[in-house]
Amino acid sequence: MKVLLKKWRIAIAALLITGVLGAVFPEAGREALKLLGVNISTIIGILVPVFILLGLFDVWVPRERIAPHLGEASGIRGIVLAVLLGASSAGPLYVAFPVAEVMLRKGTSLRNIFIFLGSWSSMRLPMVLFEIQSVGPVFALSRFAASLAGILLMGVLLERLLGLEVRQEILERFEK
Amino acid sequence: MERLCRTLMTWFLYLATGVLLGVSAAASPEKTKKALKKALNTFVNILPPLTATLLLVSISVALLPEKVIASLIGEESGFFGQILASLIGSLTLLPGFVAFPMAKVLLEHGAGVAQMAVFVSTLMMVGVATAPLEASFFGWKVTLLRNGMAYFWSFGIGYAVWLAVRIWI
Repeated sequence: MKVLLKKWRIAIAALLITGVLGAVFPEAGREALKLLGVNISTIIGILVPVFILLGLFDVWVPRERIAPHLGEASGIRGIVLAVLLGASSAGPLYVAFPVAEVMLRKGTSLRNIFIFLGSWSSMRLPMVLFEIQSVGPVFALSRFAASLAGILLMGVLLERLLGLEVRQEILERFEK
Repeated sequence: MERLCRTLMTWFLYLATGVLLGVSAAASPEKTKKALKKALNTFVNILPPLTATLLLVSISVALLPEKVIASLIGEESGFFGQILASLIGSLTLLPGFVAFPMAKVLLEHGAGVAQMAVFVSTLMMVGVATAPLEASFFGWKVTLLRNGMAYFWSFGIGYAVWLAVRIWI
């Protein structure tokens, strides 16, 4: 019971927040209820095949295939690969988390994981053309360049700050 | 158009999963069973944080529909406008298909360039509603650090874009 409560406390907190906000703003509350149905079907509809694909990837692709390209010793080539992998994605960011977790388990360095997550979130190549079309090339390309600089910086910084223990912690989380 | 695109992508995702699952099962039922077990295990593991994220996404999008966002970040400019844009960008979720055309219209109506860049950047990189899900994979320490850094860097991006637009346009 206690374990169960601990596991679900974040969901309970979210329910309380949603409930209070929904009571204070009843119109938004009703809208949220409607959206909840749509969101459940969309998000779970995407996550189910993603988890199956990741499960297949996990059992079929050996660590030795990934670690040399994205691991600790992958250097600049690993960074470039991490940026390209993230940038060529098309899914929402919540899909990137399980993907990154499996990549980490296959020996990708923490730095490249954060670079991958960063470029997945803000440097989508499929979206760039659309962005240029909407807000113009100067806005889009300068945002792109500044994002890239930040992503690389954040990757290096986060790896320095977090190090090996956090890596171990993440890996253990899904071993059970 | 946007909806069609997404539906097609989802269909493709299911098709690819089905085909690969079939190939895998033909090659090794044992390994396939293991893969499915892993998938189920991950799903069960993230069910509580996923529930939290679903609730938070729903209420934040309900509280901040496009019209409200547009009216909030279109008017206030300057530093306060940037703070407001960053907070709204962090709290809500909008796909790029919606966000960029909205940014275009707001820019045409006189919204600040820096503020729009901050809004778009936080929208993409910082996710309060998806934080429980992120933390279930990477822990709260990583989640807070990543989101925090991305939040502050968004102001740097805002400045860079503002500078670029000033120089070239």
